[in-house]
Formats: sequence, structure tokens, C-alpha cells
Amino acid sequence: MSDLNTLTIADARDALRKGETTSVALTEACLAAIEGAGALGAFVHNTPELALDRAAQADARIQTGEAPAMCGIPLGIKDLFCTEGVPSQAASRILEGFKPEYESTVSQKLRDAGSVMLGKLNMDEFAMGSSNETSFYGNAVNPWRRQNDSADLAPGGSSGGSASAVAADLCLAATGTDTGGSIRQPAAFTGIVGLKPTYGRCSRWGIVAFASSLDQAGPMTKTVRDAAIMMQAMAGHDPKDSTSADIPVPDFEAALSGDIRGKVIGIPKEYRMEGMPAEIETLWAEGTAMLRDAGAEIRDITLPHTKYALPAYYVIAPAEASSNLARYDGVRFGHRAALAAGDGITEMYEKTRAEGFGDEVQRRVMIGTYVLSAGFYDAYYNRARRVRALIKQDFDTVFEAGVDAILTPATPSAAFELGREVSDPVEMYLNDVFTVTVNLAGLPGIAVPTGLNGEGLPLGLQLIGKPWGEADLLNTAYALESAAGFVAKPTAWW
Amino acid sequence: MLDITYTTPKPKVIQGAQSEWELVIGMEVHAQVATQAKLFSGASTQFGAEPNANVAFVDAGMPGMLPVINEECVAQAVRTGLGLKAEINLHSAFDRKNYFYPDLPQGYQISQLYHPIVGEGEVLVEMGADTSGQPMARTVRIERIHLEQDAGKSIHDMDPHMSFVDLNRTGVALMEIVSRPDIRGPEEAAAYVVKLRQILRYLGTCDGNMQNGNLRADVNVSVCRPGQYEKYQETQDFSHLGTRCEIKNMNSMRFIQMAIDYEARRQIAILEDGGSIDQETRLYDPDKNETRSMRSKEEAHDYRYFPCPDLLPLEIEQGWVDDIAENLPELPDALKGRLMALGLTDYDASVLTAEKENADYFLAVADGRDAKLAANWVINELFGRLKTDDHAITDSPISAQQLGGIIDLIKADTISGKIAKELFEIVYTEGGTPAEIVEARGMKQVTDTGAIEAALDEIIAANPAQVEKAKENPKLAGWFVGQVMKATGGKANPKAVNQLVAQKLKG
Repeated sequence: MSDLNTLTIADARDALRKGETTSVALTEACLAAIEGAGALGAFVHNTPELALDRAAQADARIQTGEAPAMCGIPLGIKDLFCTEGVPSQAASRILEGFKPEYESTVSQKLRDAGSVMLGKLNMDEFAMGSSNETSFYGNAVNPWRRQNDSADLAPGGSSGGSASAVAADLCLAATGTDTGGSIRQPAAFTGIVGLKPTYGRCSRWGIVAFASSLDQAGPMTKTVRDAAIMMQAMAGHDPKDSTSADIPVPDFEAALSGDIRGKVIGIPKEYRMEGMPAEIETLWAEGTAMLRDAGAEIRDITLPHTKYALPAYYVIAPAEASSNLARYDGVRFGHRAALAAGDGITEMYEKTRAEGFGDEVQRRVMIGTYVLSAGFYDAYYNRARRVRALIKQDFDTVFEAGVDAILTPATPSAAFELGREVSDPVEMYLNDVFTVTVNLAGLPGIAVPTGLNGEGLPLGLQLIGKPWGEADLLNTAYALESAAGFVAKPTAWW
Repeated sequence: MLDITYTTPKPKVIQGAQSEWELVIGMEVHAQVATQAKLFSGASTQFGAEPNANVAFVDAGMPGMLPVINEECVAQAVRTGLGLKAEINLHSAFDRKNYFYPDLPQGYQISQLYHPIVGEGEVLVEMGADTSGQPMARTVRIERIHLEQDAGKSIHDMDPHMSFVDLNRTGVALMEIVSRPDIRGPEEAAAYVVKLRQILRYLGTCDGNMQNGNLRADVNVSVCRPGQYEKYQETQDFSHLGTRCEIKNMNSMRFIQMAIDYEARRQIAILEDGGSIDQETRLYDPDKNETRSMRSKEEAHDYRYFPCPDLLPLEIEQGWVDDIAENLPELPDALKGRLMALGLTDYDASVLTAEKENADYFLAVADGRDAKLAANWVINELFGRLKTDDHAITDSPISAQQLGGIIDLIKADTISGKIAKELFEIVYTEGGTPAEIVEARGMKQVTDTGAIEAALDEIIAANPAQVEKAKENPKLAGWFVGQVMKATGGKANPKAVNQLVAQKLKG
């Protein structure tokens, strides 16, 4: 078999089970692809020996005929996940040299299922960014380019390395995390599938925290079926995370019938933004038509508090981040600044954090500190929490009225050029406009590639589901994917 | 249980240069919750371990680590709330208190600012008796109790250039018990802490070890003119009271009193000088007996409290609380009442219930015996002897069973009180079963009137002059009693001797 690295999880699983290939062969193919893709900047720590070792173990397990679906599948793991004995830096200088003695629950579950970690993937520093440009390692690059244009494009963020790696077939799939759109936006920018599950579906234990009430891990894959298979291995209650839900995990792949007849799909009018590019408008309309043609009922809905979501998000997320990132102080691990004679603890904190954190992280820590400070807490943080409750209520109302899923664009545009928006943080924040509501409401959301724009760049649509309704959501996404028939791949230039 | 009527003690009045001042004191007591594991991790709470031996990843603030509530800590807080007759909040929540310090690895302390687990309660603080002998007590209202994490320990004196951090204590559960400003003097403040400590120890929710810092207090002190406090009481309006200063981290009853006294006089001097008090945090220096400013209100940390997003709100069920309430141990006030009902004085009952171990010991001695006699022996003989040897009741060389055995021998008239004291000393120093010792060493009291009579007759015969004098003055009969006791080696039954002496001298 050639091009093993281009396989989907489902195909690789079937081939492995039939004995047509081995995990070692799959892993070697991916390692070779990674080797040749340095220009993408997707992988930031490679673990080839570890990978081949685990692949060999997986092959032995497959031989027994008792291996789970993910067994032997080579994956990339976002640098935000703590991986035992392997650098885990959240793409930040402040965690320089940090090798945890523990494995995050999600990566452990993937390990237990027999999957093979190829290495760690690039991302925005502490998952703060929408272009992967805040990474201390330097940015990852989108494998897609505009037709007849050699400009490097952003892979999106924060899970930009994951998106780039999956889109460029450096791995079969990757883990991502999503706080405001960090799985779905890069997935849309690179023509892959990205699922953010319901808050509490995956354990957060061992994932470097950005904004604890919003962070969720999820799969980034080549197909919806792969997302279902990988989600199965990642999900589940974890007593080590008090916010992980103790509810049963259904069989996601079994839910993929493709039959969505009678399902009610909501089209929220508030997501029709002023100045939205026509190609996004068209994509959305086409996606709506595909679902209607598949037998779903299309219903116009209203989510009236949508316009407040982005400001509320940019209060709540930095507030939590400012507290979550206080532990990076140079005392126990990671980077510590060189101190001058006479420097005390205050200087150690100031110098370490000034050197260790990039601009975007510092900006958000300062915003967060400000909105939580005495005298501003009610005006910002408490008000944002109230907005959050209203946004949640908006969704509750439409779901109670019988809507099964909501269709929206995933991003306001196709992938943009690197360096374009890094100078204007607010412009950058607007990338999250369609995705943050889902995090604020704790809902599952999935980005599905459904078309190319006029310049040949992939575009994605987002489906939003009911709480704990991933199985149903994946099936709707599967129907959309089938109807869209998106099969384009980036042309290798790297 | 007896219903004891208390009178209210008078507030401490300090005579300033110009006028009289009263003290108003409120306290925040930090009590380490007695549990095996920390509030949000499985690490041990054992005191005295090697530095940084009891540290879980979450305690060290490692990336991605998450807190998980320890149910036993919650149960202990509920138990404490019930013991203080307080409202238990079925819904409470944890917040983060953010500040930077090397012994606070997460960069925040998880606490309960907005929704504490325990609401309003009260503590009865006994303050001795007034001049007419009427017992006095102050009821101090509890505002709230919340659960929070302790910080670690920074060590600055081990190296001239470096500081060291020990995280063993980091994340250990504390209960912060916040009182209303109902305490009116240094002695009351100490008595309040004593009483609180006593209740916690009875409940088993805190070991009360102040030396190890397992119980420590922040003391809020203000002064006001006479009459102002009553206005505050009527309205609950704090503007009637003076500006308070908080003295941090006190872990000695004596220093608490000295610090309050110093602080009150400092404030009075400023006020009488036309100045005003700045609300601030102060530290007490016992070497110099003074308080010093630690940080002013302006310098006060902005802790940026917000709900901890790693923890769901804490929901507990009434049924669970009821179970805890049903199994609550007897508390000192109830036990004291029970002892007084057995005929003990207020004083003896207070002494015996002060420490739970003393009460346990006493109850074992008194079980099935004369409570007053048992109290006498425990308080007068045993406590005195233990104090001389600097023994704790828990390492008493004489067990409750042994002491009970001595009392049984007294009650059975087998030994006299005097012999009993000798027997006590033997059992205390050598051990053994009292009855067997008495038997083996011939310490039994002689109740055989024949033998006593013979001894007495001998003495009467040898001392005719004494006999004459005693016949005129019956008070001198005691001399003969003494001589008989001496002659019998103290073993004669004093009652029998008295009777015989009276008889013979009459005749």
C-alpha cells in the first residue's frame, strides 16, 4: 500500500484488521511525511522512537484480534496536552524544558486504545490566538495556498499545527482543544473536520488550562467518521476532573446512518453578519440546501444575544486565563529569568513572566486581571457571566422548540495570509465570532468542509448540537459531508 | 442537662488620658481540618514529614492539574457548623483568591468568598463568676465558616541569599471561622479561642494544636466610646464603631491578649491625640510587645476573587447533614451540664470538660461510681501529680480503671482516705491492681474493734494525764485518735477509732 499516511482512520483500521498493513508501516509513512514537511512547522517535538515502539505494541495487540478501533493509528498531539516524559510547552517559552511526569487523561485514553503518538503539534501560545502566530516555536503554515499565489496562509488557531498536520497527511488525525473556536476555525481553514464536544464530555485533566469553563478537547480528522471513531476513545467521565460529566458515552460511529429525514435544522439570522463575504453567504445557503435535500426541515431561528457573545467571551476567557497562568512564575518549572544582584521575588516574577510570555498572552493576562479587579468586577466579569447565561438560554429555547441542530458558517472568511492580522488583536478576535457562542453555552459544535472559494481555499460550515447530542450531531455532519462531497486536497508545495 | 443562667460580663474599659474607651473585637480563626488528605488532593496532611514529601501534582500547581474536593473535609466543616449551632448551606461554592507568593504554587487560594458552607451560628464563652458568684458568659455570634486551602511555608533563614519553600502544608484544608464583633476584651478574646478550640476538639474536626499552627487567629480590634457599641447592636450599623485593625496570624492565647491590649492602647493614644485610625493589617511582635503595620488599606492586595471554574458548586443533601447531626459527639456545654447534674460544682465541671481527654478520663473513672468522689480524685490527686511530672492525661501512668479501683476500695471501707493516697502513689509509680496491692501489702483498714480497743486501752493506760485533760476538754480526743492511727500504721478505720475514743473517754 502506498501513501499510508493519507488514509483515514476508518480505512487504516480496516486495513490493519485485515492484515493489509501494519501500524509500524503506517507510522513510518507518517514519520517520513513529517520529515519532509518541516516548512509547515506543524510538529514541534517529534517522538519517532516512542512512536515506532508503540506501533509495534499496537501490531501485537491487533494480532490478538481484540484491538479497539484506534489501535495502531498514528496521531499528532497538540502541545497543550501534557504527555509523560515528552516536552509539553503549550507553545510557550515559559514552559521551556518542561517534561511532565504525567499523561493527560485524553492522551492516556488514546494511548490505552493503542493509538500511536508521532509527536507534539504547534499551536498558539497557551491556545490564545486564531492564526498560530503567537507560538513561541514560530507559526505553523497552512498547507493550502491560493491558486497561483505562493503566499503563506495561516492554518488558523489555536490548533493550527493539528490542522496543518492532518490536512497535509502528516498524521491520520490529531487532538485539538477548543476554547472559543480553536478546533473548528483551523479545521475550516484547512479543509478538515473538527469536533468540539459538549463541555464535560472529555476530561480536562492534564491539559494546560487556558479558560477552564470553556476548554474542551476534541478530534481533528479527515472525515466525520474518523471524528466519531476518535471521539469515542477520547470521551468519558474522569473522576480527576470535577467538571467532566458522569454520563454514558454512546457509540458515535454507529450513529452515522446519514439519515436526517425529519430533523429540524435551525438557521440563525443573527449569524448573517454585515460585511460577510458573499462566498461565505453562498456556502451557507448551499449547505442549507444540501440538508433540505437530505430530508431535513429548515427553520429560521433567532439567537438574540449572539452579538454580545464575543465581548463576553473576551472578558470571561482572559479572566480565567489570568488566574490559570499565575502558576507560571519561574519557581518550580519551566523558564526562570536570569536575575540581577539584589533582585527579589518581585523581580523574579516580573522578569520571568515578561520573558516567558508572548505579547498576546500578556495582553490577555492584563485584560483578565483588569476585569476581575475590585471596582470593575461587576461591570465586566459579572455582566459577562449574565450574558453567558442569556446566550445559553437562547440555545435552550430553540432546542426546546424542536430544533435538532443549527447550521452556521464556521468562519467569517477563508484562511488569511500570515502576518495580516497579528497587528490588530481585535480583528483577530473576530475570527471567533461564529464559534464562541458554542463554548459559552457548553454545546457540541463541528466544522465540516463543504466547498472551496474562488481562490481554491477550503471553506467550512459549522453544525451546533444539543448538549450531549454528539451522536446526532455527527450524523447530521455526516449527511452534510456526504452531500458536499468535499474531496479536495492541498497540492504539496512543502 | 442543667439550664445554667449566665449574666453578661462587662466590657473591658481602658482609661485613656481624656476619657474611657471600650474594646470591640472580632475574630477569624483558621482551624486546620482534621483529615488524612488535603482539601483537593490525596496528599497526606501528616505533620512533621520531610519538606515537600506530602505534595501531589495539583498542590504544586503543575500544568493541567485539577482539584477534586475531599468529601471528608466537607463532612468536617458540616460537623463543625452543627457543633456551633450554625446554619448549614446545602449549596455552597468555591472561589479563587488570586495573589502571587512562592508558597502559593497555583497563584491562587481556593476559598469560599461568596457562598460559604456554613452560615450563622454561636459560641457560648464562659467568663468565670461575677462578684455575687453568678456565672458569667458571652454569646459570640458566628458569621460564617468557609473551607479553604492553606498555603505552604517559605523559609527565609536557612540561607543568606535564597529562600526555600515547603509545600507540605499547601492545600491542606482550613476552616475559617468568622465571628461577629461581639468580643469585648482581651480576656474574652482568649476565652473565645479556648472555647472554640474545645468545641472543635470534642467534635474531632481540628486537633487544636496551636504550636504547630493548626489553630490560629486573625484578630480585628477597634475602640469606641462607651454607649457606641449598644448603638451598633441596635442597628447593626458598623459606623457606630471605630475603624478596625487586623492583627494577623496569632497562635498563642497569651499573645492574643497582649496584642489586643497593646493595639487598643495604641489606637486610643492616636484618637485622643486628634488623629484617626487607618484600616490596616498589622503583625504582633511578642519580643517587643507591639504591633506593626504590615500593609495599609491602599497597599492591600486586590485578590480578584471569582468563582473557581475547575469546581462545580458544592451541593450537599439534607439527609447527609442529618446523618452527621445524629452522630455528633456530646459537646462541652452539654457534658458540663451533665456533670453538674451529677452533683459537680460549676468549677469542677468546667475543669473536667476543658480538655476532651480529661473529660473522657473522668467519665471512665466515674462510670458506676460516686461522681463527686471521682471528681475529687481526678482533679486534686491525679491532675496535681501529672502536673508535677509534666505528664499529659493521655500518658497518665495510672489508668482510669486503676484509679476507679482505688475509689472502689475507699467506698467499700477497705482502705482509709489516707491509705488511699499512699496506694495512689504506689499504683502511680509502680503500677499494679489496687486491690491486689492492698491485699499483698496488708494495707487493709482495721475495722476489727477488738484490735483497735486493745491499742487504745494501751494508750489510755500509758497516758493518764492526757485522759484527764481530754475528759474536761473533748476536743483533745483527737490526740488519742492520732495515737491509735499511729499505732496501727494508719490502717485503723477512722470512724471506728473515733467512736471508741469517744466511748472510752466518756467512761
